[in-house]
Amino acid sequence: MENLIALLVAAPLLGAAVLLCGGRRLDAVGHWIGTALASASFVIGAILFADMLGKDEEHRAVGQHLFSWIPVEGFQADIGFQLDQLSMTFVLLITGVGSLIHVYSIGYMEHDERRRRFFGYLNLFLAAMLLLVLADNYLLLYVGWEGVGLASYLLIGFWQHKPSAATAAKKAFLVNRVGDMGLSIAIMLMFTTFGTFAFGPVLEATGETGEGKLTAIGLMLLLAACGKSAQVPLQSWLGDAMEGPTPVSALIHAATMVTAGVYLIVRSGEIFNAAPDAQLVTTVVGAVTLLFGAIVGCAKDDIKKALAGSTMSQIGYMILAAGLGPIGYVFAIMHLVTHGFFKAGLFLGAGSVMHGMNDEVDMRKYGGLRKYMPVTFVTFGLGYLAIIGFPGLSGFFSKDKIIEAAFAKGGTEGWILGGVALLGAAITAFYMTRVMLMTFFGEERWRNQPTPSPAESDVEPAAEHRGTHAEPHPHESPKSMTIPMIVLAFGSVFAGGFFGIGDRFLHWLEPVTEHAHGHSPLSATTVTLSTMVVLVIGVGLAYLQYGRRPVPVVAPRGSLLTRAARRDLLQDDFNHVVLVRGGEHLTRSLVYVDHTLVDGVVNGTAASMGGLSGRLRKLQNGYARSYAVSMFGGAAILIAATLLMRAV
Amino acid sequence: MSFPLLTATAALPAIGAIATAAVPAARRTAAKWLALLVSLATLALAVVVLVRFDPDGDRYQLTESHSWIKDFGVRYELGVDGIAVALIALTALLIPFVILAGWHDADPLETHSSRWRPTQGFFALILAVEAMVIISFEATDVFLFYIFFEAMLIPLYFLIGGFGDRAHAGSDEHAAAQRSYAAVKFLLYNLVGGLIMLAAVIGLYVVAGNFSLQEIAEARANGSLDMATNTERWLFLGFFFAFAVKAPLWPLHTWLPNAMGEATAPVAVLITAVVDKVGTFAMLRFCLGLFPEASKWATPAILVLATISIIYGALLAVGQRDIKRLVAYASISHFGFIIMGIFAMTSQGQSGATLYMVNHGISTAALMLVAGFLISRRGSRLIADYGGVQKVAPVLAGTFLIGSLATLSLPGLAPFVSEFLVLVGTFSRYPAIGIIATFGIVLAALYTLVLYQRTMTGPVRPEVSAMPDLRVRELAVIAPLIALLIFLGVYPKPLTDIVNPAVKQTMSDVQKKDPQPEVEAVK
Repeated sequence: MENLIALLVAAPLLGAAVLLCGGRRLDAVGHWIGTALASASFVIGAILFADMLGKDEEHRAVGQHLFSWIPVEGFQADIGFQLDQLSMTFVLLITGVGSLIHVYSIGYMEHDERRRRFFGYLNLFLAAMLLLVLADNYLLLYVGWEGVGLASYLLIGFWQHKPSAATAAKKAFLVNRVGDMGLSIAIMLMFTTFGTFAFGPVLEATGETGEGKLTAIGLMLLLAACGKSAQVPLQSWLGDAMEGPTPVSALIHAATMVTAGVYLIVRSGEIFNAAPDAQLVTTVVGAVTLLFGAIVGCAKDDIKKALAGSTMSQIGYMILAAGLGPIGYVFAIMHLVTHGFFKAGLFLGAGSVMHGMNDEVDMRKYGGLRKYMPVTFVTFGLGYLAIIGFPGLSGFFSKDKIIEAAFAKGGTEGWILGGVALLGAAITAFYMTRVMLMTFFGEERWRNQPTPSPAESDVEPAAEHRGTHAEPHPHESPKSMTIPMIVLAFGSVFAGGFFGIGDRFLHWLEPVTEHAHGHSPLSATTVTLSTMVVLVIGVGLAYLQYGRRPVPVVAPRGSLLTRAARRDLLQDDFNHVVLVRGGEHLTRSLVYVDHTLVDGVVNGTAASMGGLSGRLRKLQNGYARSYAVSMFGGAAILIAATLLMRAV
Repeated sequence: MSFPLLTATAALPAIGAIATAAVPAARRTAAKWLALLVSLATLALAVVVLVRFDPDGDRYQLTESHSWIKDFGVRYELGVDGIAVALIALTALLIPFVILAGWHDADPLETHSSRWRPTQGFFALILAVEAMVIISFEATDVFLFYIFFEAMLIPLYFLIGGFGDRAHAGSDEHAAAQRSYAAVKFLLYNLVGGLIMLAAVIGLYVVAGNFSLQEIAEARANGSLDMATNTERWLFLGFFFAFAVKAPLWPLHTWLPNAMGEATAPVAVLITAVVDKVGTFAMLRFCLGLFPEASKWATPAILVLATISIIYGALLAVGQRDIKRLVAYASISHFGFIIMGIFAMTSQGQSGATLYMVNHGISTAALMLVAGFLISRRGSRLIADYGGVQKVAPVLAGTFLIGSLATLSLPGLAPFVSEFLVLVGTFSRYPAIGIIATFGIVLAALYTLVLYQRTMTGPVRPEVSAMPDLRVRELAVIAPLIALLIFLGVYPKPLTDIVNPAVKQTMSDVQKKDPQPEVEAVK
């Protein structure tokens, strides 16, 4: 049975190869091939899941060794897979949500001439993501890790004739590379410490080395997680990534890829457990990001960017939980799965709204849409109730557990983290209610409003901006789009209860991640009641602001904080000034140095020597001499450097 | 006496070069086909070498030895170890693609008379370079190596100076001046390096009494040849200097961007992917093999220079406005990695460096040749003259992207394997240097993706709107290279199997052992 594991990855990889190399003759059937192979992967996952359930808890982890990848003296990297309960959870989420989004894309991308390529990239993403969660060693995980980065790059920049999309894609890849640097240093540290980077041997041997090494490895893994999961300080790419087609935002930038950082930390639990400092930093990163994302989410008028802020914030919850150690691992993953359902559903809903609104994304030009898009309204509404943690729905169970766990860390830290998590819940309720009210309720602000906004009209119309400049006629989306939304809405409603009641999910994952209860200063009931109170406050405030009062079509100037939040709390401006500008100056001056100091000085020397020898020499000879001089100059530097190094 | 396989592998392209040059002026196409067939036949011979080579056998195999200049003890001595075999295979593999990619690069312009002959010359010179590079990889006699190491400058000088890139911004005269500037710069840098090496070669003869790599290494190992510390260091520096010019290592790198910028794309590939590898190869074989103590003595300084190369080359690549110069600076960064891997003196570093030589050859060839196809369509090397190519020529853009991804060492493609090995091998002995070098991977993403964004994405510029996509000949060049990049990224074992034993030998030459993992060291 374990021989099927490789097929999980192979099916979508085959799809990607066929679709990307197949050429135009596959244009007519490309989307069907892509969807079929994604679904095939899901079916294989389901078979393996059934098989796993049939075994007792301790024997559920299976592996498949394919071949020796990089055999070098003292260095052993293998292509091998490991399927345990943690990987299984991800496999089902990735292939399940992935297949649904393939179906949705058939309708959504119907009018795009490059639809075949789009499905090729989606399949490539699935293959890389599955490789990431199935690898049995960190180096192979790294392949999946950068593979999803590549797929994300290709899909964010899918409409690459738009400069903004091409820039966003490049930015995402670059910021992620900074994180990848962390992952590669972590792997190198593992190699020099343990002599291996396979999960089993590394995680079993954590007791044999000092806390310092483990802290360093933990922090480097955290850096990697920050990049992939858009956590502060590497969060800046996620908002821009919304340039990609909406199904991409739903699958990659909400449900699966961005949660890879959480997977990495939970998978490396033994390392973090033995490195409390790294754990503390992890919880801080999570707490800061959950507030950061939530505040940004409150200020955005672009529906996708508001949801992106929300994604950042919700992953902040997961990272926070993962930083709590065995108290939080299970709940981090549980929230990851429920979030996968409701956030993917919300994004698909947003895509459906845009589909019916000439691809307008500005919520200030929506309003009153519930009448025109009943299915979208209901499914989006259920996702909304789930994410704010309405009692009984998915988010209620999973987020509540994380807030409890944060308090259970104990001490001052516990109070602070718990408090931040509660505050985050209030802000979540606020900004999601804002999105809901601005989109589906209130007056119909799109009447007499030509869309899309004139600012974008000078750019060549993209598929998402193929709209005419006429008043939109909102309408419900086709079945291929609404059915995935309905399925995800089911998940948003019931998954949390299914997982949470009777601690089903806890028992499922515990053999892999272990679990501890901690010492909460508050009872579970108190936490739940507090959550309810902040929920009501958040919803209430949003209602007062956006439900009772009319929403202006042009955004008001807003307070200093609002304006900062619209600009992603100025972090982009900081990056631009320090990194982009600074970098430009640095490279420009280096180009100048290379020309003048290395070449120019030499030419100058040559010129003066030419003068000495009577200026009768031909130009070429001058050059010849100059290079001879430069060679000796270079030689002198080499020798001097050597001697200097020895002297030190 | 058995068939002299190594001699044949080098002699075939040499004979082919003469034959190609002799084809009558009017039969230009015949000359091209002849050159291509000779290069393919050489590839076949290289495959035979690869198959006949036994990784677990003697260190040097398929050896040939004949007395040559008796008075000075110079012998015609050939032999290959795993590293040489891998590089011969790389060379023989790339030349057919270089020829095919440069198919029209030396065609006469309308202004030329019908008696114009350089087409034949262009392909003959490429084959001549191939022959000399191959014999450099095979020579186990220091003097024999030196002769071909220097001699290959001559055909390269004519290739750079005589057949420049026709996509030039300035006037024809300006272009010609730039070209000869680049060719002379190339020649002089390498000549001076060679002269210093010659002094060291003579010095070695004075000390050792012969030129045989094996004999000297043996004598050094069993103590019968004792070299004074200072003598060894000076000799080492003499050799290393020449190789550091060729590789090229910062601050001796400035000839490469000029040469690669002015030469046609296939010749640029010939320089950076093939010829420069002789430099790094010779560091492994001659510096480490003949002067192990001096190599260890110089290691810290060389690692610092290599690190500077990595970061400096990458930063300079970011700042380039010319596509080909950008690739040249990227190569300087990559050569930094190779040299770092060699002098980290760990098994992973040296295996990684050897793999890096092969992988860099393939990946740079892929990127540079597609860049050449692009440049030939628009007639400009400036990045700013492009934009939106993806829309009009998606296959060209796709292959260009894969070449870029290989250059930034994306996992799953071959360069990742070698780059990670070099990094981990360096890190295990010199953690700080390993970490600094890791910044190179971020910068690599920057210069490749910025190049891709500026040329391929965005609105279609009017000048490129009629650009045709890749032709069959061009696809035949690029598709096999991409297939190899993927294959060696997923399954590099055939290559590592050949290289590992040779690396083990080199490690024992310098008497270095890999650092133990901390956990095992405690036990």
